[in-house]
Amino acid sequence: MGREARSAKLCVGPVLFHWPAEKKLEFYTRLATAPVDVVYLGEVVCSKRIPLFENHHQDIARLLKEAGKKVVFSTLAEVMTQYDRQVVARICAMHDELIEANDAAALYHLSGRPHAIGPFLNVYNEDSLEFLAGKGALHATLPNELPRAAIAMLGRKAQNLGMGLEVQVYGRMPLALSARCYHARAHGRAKDNCRFVCGQDPDGMDLTTMEGVPFLSINGIQTLSHACLNLIREMPALAGMGVTHFRLSPHTGDIVETARLFRAVLDGELATTEATTRLAALAPAPFANGFYHQREGYKWAEAG
Amino acid sequence: MMNSAENNFPARLQYLPLSLLAPLPLFTLQPLLQRVITHLSRRRPELFARFGAHTRKTFLIDPLNLPFVFLLRLDPRRPQLLARRREHPMAHDARIAGTFLTFLDMVDGRLDGDALFFNRDLVIEGDTEAVVCLRNAIDDMEGSVADDVADFFGLPGRAALFVLRRIKRNSGELR
Amino acid sequence: MVRPELVCPAGTPAALRAAVDAGADAVYCGFQNATNARNFAGLNFTLREMQEGVTYAHERGARVLLAVNTFPPAGQTPAWKQAIEDGVRLGVDAIIVADIGVARHVACAYPQQRLHLSVQAGASSPEAIRYYCREFGVKRVVLPRILTVPEIKAIHDEIPCEIEAFIFGNIGMMAEGRCSLTNYATGVSTNMDGVCSPAHAVRYEEDTRRNLTARLGVFTIDRFSCGEQAGYPTICKGRYCAAGRKSPYYAFEEPVSLNLSSLLPDLMRAGVSALKIEGRQRSRAYVHAVVSAYRKAVDDCLAGRPPLLPDLLALTEGHRETRGAFGGRRWR
Repeated sequence: MGREARSAKLCVGPVLFHWPAEKKLEFYTRLATAPVDVVYLGEVVCSKRIPLFENHHQDIARLLKEAGKKVVFSTLAEVMTQYDRQVVARICAMHDELIEANDAAALYHLSGRPHAIGPFLNVYNEDSLEFLAGKGALHATLPNELPRAAIAMLGRKAQNLGMGLEVQVYGRMPLALSARCYHARAHGRAKDNCRFVCGQDPDGMDLTTMEGVPFLSINGIQTLSHACLNLIREMPALAGMGVTHFRLSPHTGDIVETARLFRAVLDGELATTEATTRLAALAPAPFANGFYHQREGYKWAEAG
Repeated sequence: MMNSAENNFPARLQYLPLSLLAPLPLFTLQPLLQRVITHLSRRRPELFARFGAHTRKTFLIDPLNLPFVFLLRLDPRRPQLLARRREHPMAHDARIAGTFLTFLDMVDGRLDGDALFFNRDLVIEGDTEAVVCLRNAIDDMEGSVADDVADFFGLPGRAALFVLRRIKRNSGELR
Repeated sequence: MVRPELVCPAGTPAALRAAVDAGADAVYCGFQNATNARNFAGLNFTLREMQEGVTYAHERGARVLLAVNTFPPAGQTPAWKQAIEDGVRLGVDAIIVADIGVARHVACAYPQQRLHLSVQAGASSPEAIRYYCREFGVKRVVLPRILTVPEIKAIHDEIPCEIEAFIFGNIGMMAEGRCSLTNYATGVSTNMDGVCSPAHAVRYEEDTRRNLTARLGVFTIDRFSCGEQAGYPTICKGRYCAAGRKSPYYAFEEPVSLNLSSLLPDLMRAGVSALKIEGRQRSRAYVHAVVSAYRKAVDDCLAGRPPLLPDLLALTEGHRETRGAFGGRRWR
């Protein structure tokens, strides 16, 4: 395994799903012991969930920092209501923290000072990356639908700009956002009256086709893939292209064990085939890596 | 404004094309069709410009109330329009089925293909992209393709088209 | 009340002329490639057709808005820059962009060129809109179809640019510019390739009892029984199964079209400068019918008459209309 892979950083993205506060606290407490370098905190999907956990953020951030992790605060991917706007403005006002912008509303506040660009903000090309770097972006996480060729060019650009570049390598892939809550709709409710029914599905609510083929997964206003992204085999190549950070997106499967497998592969201590076999026992669904290989996103290209 | 004679047009005349064309032997129709498509391709070269990669595709045009189907190939060098008895269809890339009058309104640019499909008046099978491309190409041809075809047949052709359109207008009202 | 611009779709030169003739104040269109978000087979304009279209529109007092509103993947930005150069040279009245890099290119290379922010940029808050105005001098924002009329009014009061709002046509359920559902199922990206549910991946099958199955790639999107109204084979209008639901249901939205004719006066009072009709993929018959109807309705509003509500139901998906998010919060 190459030098780039060994020096690559492992990150844990924000929890996308609505977990009870106790479960989240337990998750972050365990995470403090995991071999990860960066942890993203904050609600990115639904602002209605924010008041239910917000008061724990500072404690968790302290715990993680004491454990040697870097903490980044993520912002909402969809900003629409007065409340959404207030939340984004409040997070962006934390001048001592690194903030991840997932929407142009956050960019409005963050431009001109150091910040990070999240995967929900569209950075598809070198021109966008360069512009954002000029406005203070130190780091960018790419949209997961980008194919290898585009990632490679962005990797070179990021190196030239001295930016950190991150790619999601594990977890269900965010595919779409909406103003409408599909969890509430499935239960015959409106978003304003959802009663947090999304909490019933800690890894998302599965949608299958009329023929019973697993297809998508619902998380409130967000639609994710049914399949679980796994780029563990592609990580060394990605590191060689200039990708410096690899993101694991949280699921109910043990995060510490998941992180250990990815770290071991980056460090050249574990073969990718063995790691994939072990990961399968932790993952919420079968694997996919189609986007990277410029195929249908649900597809899984076996080694070879 | 329609006059009273038009308003009283009998509904059963909707099936006029069938009654007119059913007894016609295909061998008399075939050379005519080939000349129609050759005429059309000379008169409307823009049709092919929008056709890109689909010039080699064969469309089965299936007018549901006629005893035969058409095979259409919009290859600019050798455009083809063949009639076949429905019992003996040929290999094709895509099939488009609807009533003869629906097709007439579509090539006239008076009906929206998507709306016909939503309403289940149009059936599409096979290579959907080729069908969409054909639809877009025909839709970009201003004036009426049907008029062009009718012109080809001279006065009898234009008269026939007038009758067909009047039937269509009435059947539309009766529906 | 300010006279709003009626902005109409032009998928082909014939549709452009149909729209202008039916009373469009402006038409929007794109070139025949991935630089615009309706990159469908047989649709859009060659360079020469665009030139003729601009001439036709300008001679009749209508404006031409060029959509360059997709996201070029790294390494492919030259095609987008070419589309912009061509548009500027042909004298289009505005360029509609979504990508930050593309916006920056227009702002730097052609500072005099009027710039509109596409709905694909998904700018749904005053801060997001102000960001694009501040950084790139955007003059108009096309709002996502997720806002209520009071929310649009509130945005209007807080931004320094014009608002363009959709009033008719396909209703996108997902936040525009942030949907990779099509790519997940077909390997073709809406954001990068400009196609939602590409026709090459769509298959229709009708059985002997006239039940119609619509598939996208390997996934069944919907099944319509005989006589049931059909819709586009888009993932967000499909029927699926979920635990706890006895039968397949429309998990996102039913096949339905947006029609805001009843909200026209409200939208105009909310400060909307431009009213947009969706449908570059539709026929000139559709363009003619919808543009004519809305021309009359807008003129009625301006004259203080109640707008004559046009019957456009026959042209809508699923033969059903909705006011969508514009009608109120319960839609969410």
